[in-house]
Amino acid sequence: MQRRFFTVLVMSLVVMALAIPGLAATTSKGPALAAEQYVRFNAGAEPQYMDPARSTGVPEGHVQLALFEGLTRLDKNDRPIPGIAKSWVISKDGKTITFYLRPSKWSDGTPLTAYDFEYSWKRALSPELASEYAYQLYYLKNGAAYNAGKAKASDVGVKAINALTLKVELEAPCSYFLSLCAFHTLYPVKKSVVEKYGEKWAQDPKTFVSNGPFKMVAWKHNSYIDVVKNPYYWDAASVKIQKIRFTLVENESTLLTMYDTGVIDMTDTVPVAEIDRLRKEGQLKIAPYLGTYYYQFNVTKPPLDNVKVRKALALAINRQAIVENITKAGQVPALAFTPPGVPDVPGAKGDFRTVGGNFYKDNDVETAKKLLAEAGYPDGKGFPTIEILYNTSEAHKAIAEAIQEMWKKNLGINVTLTNQEWGVYLSNRTALKYQVARAGWIGDYVDAMTFLDMWVTGGGNNDTGWSNKQYDALIEKAKTSGDPKVRIKAMHDAEKILMDEMPICPIYFYTRPYLQQDYLKDVTHSTIGMVDFKWAYIVKH
Amino acid sequence: MIKFLIRRLLSMVLVLWVIATVTFIFMHLIPGGPFTREKKLPAAIMRNIEARYHLNDPLPKQYLDYFRNLLRGDLGPSYTYEGRTVNEISADGFPGAATLGLAAVGIALLIGIPAGIISALYRSKWQDNLAMLLATIFVSVPNFILASLLMLVFALKLRWFPAAMWGEPSQIVLPALALTGFPTAFISRLTRSSMVEVMQQDYIRTARAKGLSNLAVVVRHALKNSLIPVVTYLGPLLAGNMTGRFLVENIFAIPGLGRYFVTSIYNRDYTVILGVTIFYSSLLVVLNFLVDLTYAWIDPRIRFTDSGKE
Amino acid sequence: MEAGTEMELFQPLQRENEEGYVFAQPATTYWRDAWRRLKRNRAAMVGLAVIVFLVFLALFGPYFCPYSYSDQDLTPEGINQPPSWRHWFGTDNLGRDLFVRVLYGARISLAVGVFASLIILCIGVIYGGISGYLGGKVDNIMMRVVDVIYGIPLVLVVILLMVILQPGLKNVMIAIGATYWIQMARIVRGQILSLKEQDYVMAATALGASRRRILLRHLIPNSIGPIIVTATLSIPEAIFTEAFLSFIGLGVAAPMASWGALASEGVQSLRSYPWQLLFPGLAICLTMLAFNFFGDGLRDALDPWMRR
Repeated sequence: MQRRFFTVLVMSLVVMALAIPGLAATTSKGPALAAEQYVRFNAGAEPQYMDPARSTGVPEGHVQLALFEGLTRLDKNDRPIPGIAKSWVISKDGKTITFYLRPSKWSDGTPLTAYDFEYSWKRALSPELASEYAYQLYYLKNGAAYNAGKAKASDVGVKAINALTLKVELEAPCSYFLSLCAFHTLYPVKKSVVEKYGEKWAQDPKTFVSNGPFKMVAWKHNSYIDVVKNPYYWDAASVKIQKIRFTLVENESTLLTMYDTGVIDMTDTVPVAEIDRLRKEGQLKIAPYLGTYYYQFNVTKPPLDNVKVRKALALAINRQAIVENITKAGQVPALAFTPPGVPDVPGAKGDFRTVGGNFYKDNDVETAKKLLAEAGYPDGKGFPTIEILYNTSEAHKAIAEAIQEMWKKNLGINVTLTNQEWGVYLSNRTALKYQVARAGWIGDYVDAMTFLDMWVTGGGNNDTGWSNKQYDALIEKAKTSGDPKVRIKAMHDAEKILMDEMPICPIYFYTRPYLQQDYLKDVTHSTIGMVDFKWAYIVKH
Repeated sequence: MIKFLIRRLLSMVLVLWVIATVTFIFMHLIPGGPFTREKKLPAAIMRNIEARYHLNDPLPKQYLDYFRNLLRGDLGPSYTYEGRTVNEISADGFPGAATLGLAAVGIALLIGIPAGIISALYRSKWQDNLAMLLATIFVSVPNFILASLLMLVFALKLRWFPAAMWGEPSQIVLPALALTGFPTAFISRLTRSSMVEVMQQDYIRTARAKGLSNLAVVVRHALKNSLIPVVTYLGPLLAGNMTGRFLVENIFAIPGLGRYFVTSIYNRDYTVILGVTIFYSSLLVVLNFLVDLTYAWIDPRIRFTDSGKE
Repeated sequence: MEAGTEMELFQPLQRENEEGYVFAQPATTYWRDAWRRLKRNRAAMVGLAVIVFLVFLALFGPYFCPYSYSDQDLTPEGINQPPSWRHWFGTDNLGRDLFVRVLYGARISLAVGVFASLIILCIGVIYGGISGYLGGKVDNIMMRVVDVIYGIPLVLVVILLMVILQPGLKNVMIAIGATYWIQMARIVRGQILSLKEQDYVMAATALGASRRRILLRHLIPNSIGPIIVTATLSIPEAIFTEAFLSFIGLGVAAPMASWGALASEGVQSLRSYPWQLLFPGLAICLTMLAFNFFGDGLRDALDPWMRR
């Protein structure tokens, strides 16, 4: 015991000596920092693309947020704040944005300029790179055209005026473009490195150059990624964490055991079966998550072509029971499609959801029965057996089983359940080879549009067969208008049509349960599920 | 003998070709592709991706291209993991899986064979019954449940071993034990059953009649001949274990080939599916060949000839 | 096997040869003897009784329960309840009675287990027997076919079956039937490669016994030990394979669940609600124990050497 204490003491002294500048900076305003500023957080599965222009997954999103910085960065309220750009000017018509960059450096010490951004954005859009998220840059003038091979790179609306000025031209005003600038597709990548090493540059820590608070030092596939503080980062003085280990573990129970045995400090996947216990012990933390879990109907075939049937089914679900007893992590029963957390017009009395309100009551069995009778199936008589399709997962199964039972008890209709492997499920959903299918949607950016534009006629993700001209017109209006009031109003009206017609049946709004040791402070959890360690620190414990 | 070897080698190559071809056909028959996403990609982006990965080539061309590269030892690039080739992924995942797999088989043999011998020698006595009871339990508990139980007891409650991750010797223990349960039980039961049979053969009876002790009889005569079923079982077991067991790798967060393989099927990462299948199958046919050679060593009367039994 | 079928094995033309083969005991007594010996084996009969009891419970048990396998009690007081007088095995994550679910699960798991062992015994033993006995080219071809089946990834086949067929237990049987006999085939073949060179086989051949007779009456009965072990120990594998297939979408649809599925789900709540794993797990163990005792007795009964 004695000896161990001594070792710890010596080690703390050594590390403290190394960390004195950081220590001095914070002791004045807060609690004492721990000697070792080392965080271990589970990022999730093995990253697939570490190149920010091509990556798509959540695990790489976490790591890239530590490694890179765009023109902007999101603060803890998800608002864009200056990043590599220290300021910007938006033209009156909202179509031109001029970014003024601060002098900054890559993690190898070389200067980072506006030319790097011009190169990186055009690269992300280039057909040869074939980035899946290229559409995040379709807002740029000729962005979509260049990506489709119908315009030249030089036509794209991004141009470096000089080393520190970047001029961006948009196709139409875009209220969330500044937030998008904090998204990984718009991060800068270093041209000389990319051209020298090809697509392998992002695979090897030795060739990996980034510009964010941290830099990569190790990547052991399917095990962990290590990043350390980047001394060349422009705001290095604010970064207190010295090292982060992103573990790459997928099994939820394993993660919980690792957390309990002190192998990791934080995990954002928690097994449902343990939530009750963790909550009782006061360990469970819940972050908002911008997403909706819903069922969708194939409106092209009877009996679900009848809106009354669809409404009856939607009303006969007890969402409160589902979120309390099945999902358990503070999810909110969804009585509309767009989740809370997206802005309404500036100065509104709440967010888009509060202003829009609810469209129906939860567990409204009485109305449901009435509607079903009106549709010609009193007490479910004569109603054919319908099928719920879901992709393989214990969580989806439990919810489908509960809803099957609710529809049977409340409406007297028989439901069968079919689960399919992911690829099979997706292809059947796309081909409308289903009756009722489980689905979920996580916002790409913090705006109602990311939830509403998917239901336009022929929309790539509108796998319901539903189509409404008025709805399409409203979405078009919202997309092209520069006036926030017109935009938001059009989206509220569109959502009302969606909920009146009910090609989809919202179940609940997602949350993100996570575990985080109390000594780890100021970690930023964004509503689109990203974890930022730039401002994090560890207090003495 | 040489003719037999040549014929055997040729048939092994043929087997690999059939497996690869059937796998190729199957994986293209099942719905979904490597870039099928819940959030569907805009058409232009999909076209770019298909062009980049030659996914819009006609399938026969893709097939021929694949085999042409395969003959050069190039298993192609992964569709899921950017900038990594299937060769690299295999080289990355194989050591972990193989270490674990071999450790598990080693333990299974070290425990299973002695347990089987004891059961056979003390047939229907308490030793035999106890061994049978244990074997039944370990056979009924599949490796992923055993893995979870081991982790709960030895990592969480007792803290004797780390919960997961890979790299230190202490991290091999729990996953290896989890993989050992079923094979140990199976090997011990196989050993016991064929041992009991061999012990009734005339030459063993003679040996015992000559006054040799039980143990001497076992070691000198019975054991070798009773190992044929165990050796048979070892071929596919080794091939499977060395190329990874997905569930155990998943639970203990081991960077093995099993995790890559199962993930590749769900991701429709065609090249990885084919590459790992070919890798596993090669291992399998070679091991099964070694099994046959071992038969001849165990029992010299076994001969492999062209003509067979006439 | 009855005497009649046994007689069909012989070709009329071989009558002369048969007469020369006078040392063999009459065909019928082998099976009659075996049954007699089996009845005397107490452990085997206990095993058999347990199996019969389980089948009986699976078939009729649910009719005596106040709950159905799908009845939910989706309230905080209803879900994940520990075993009690009301719910003998506790309840699951949707507040369903686990005892009833285990009873229903028995139907699926026992069916799968018995089917798998029958497939293994029929296809596996015959295939392996022929391959080992004939040897040479035939053996090489037959065993390479086995290698091919080993090599093709099962998950791919399962996903393909899922696309082609409607989900249901039938598909599980197809998937298991297509793949589960290969291990048995290899083990039997290995045994027979060795056995066929033994003196008594030579003697029987010299005395003019037909190939079929040598295979069925000498070689396979002499490999009965490993055969029974492989057949019984493959049952839990089949039970959990069914659970896996159902999980990815090929097998029985929820809310019906087999033992394997219940146990696989239970393992996820191992820390907080251990009974959700314990009871389906115990059911599988008990079944296996019964099959093992029975199989052991069967082995003793069928083993030609034991008759002496």
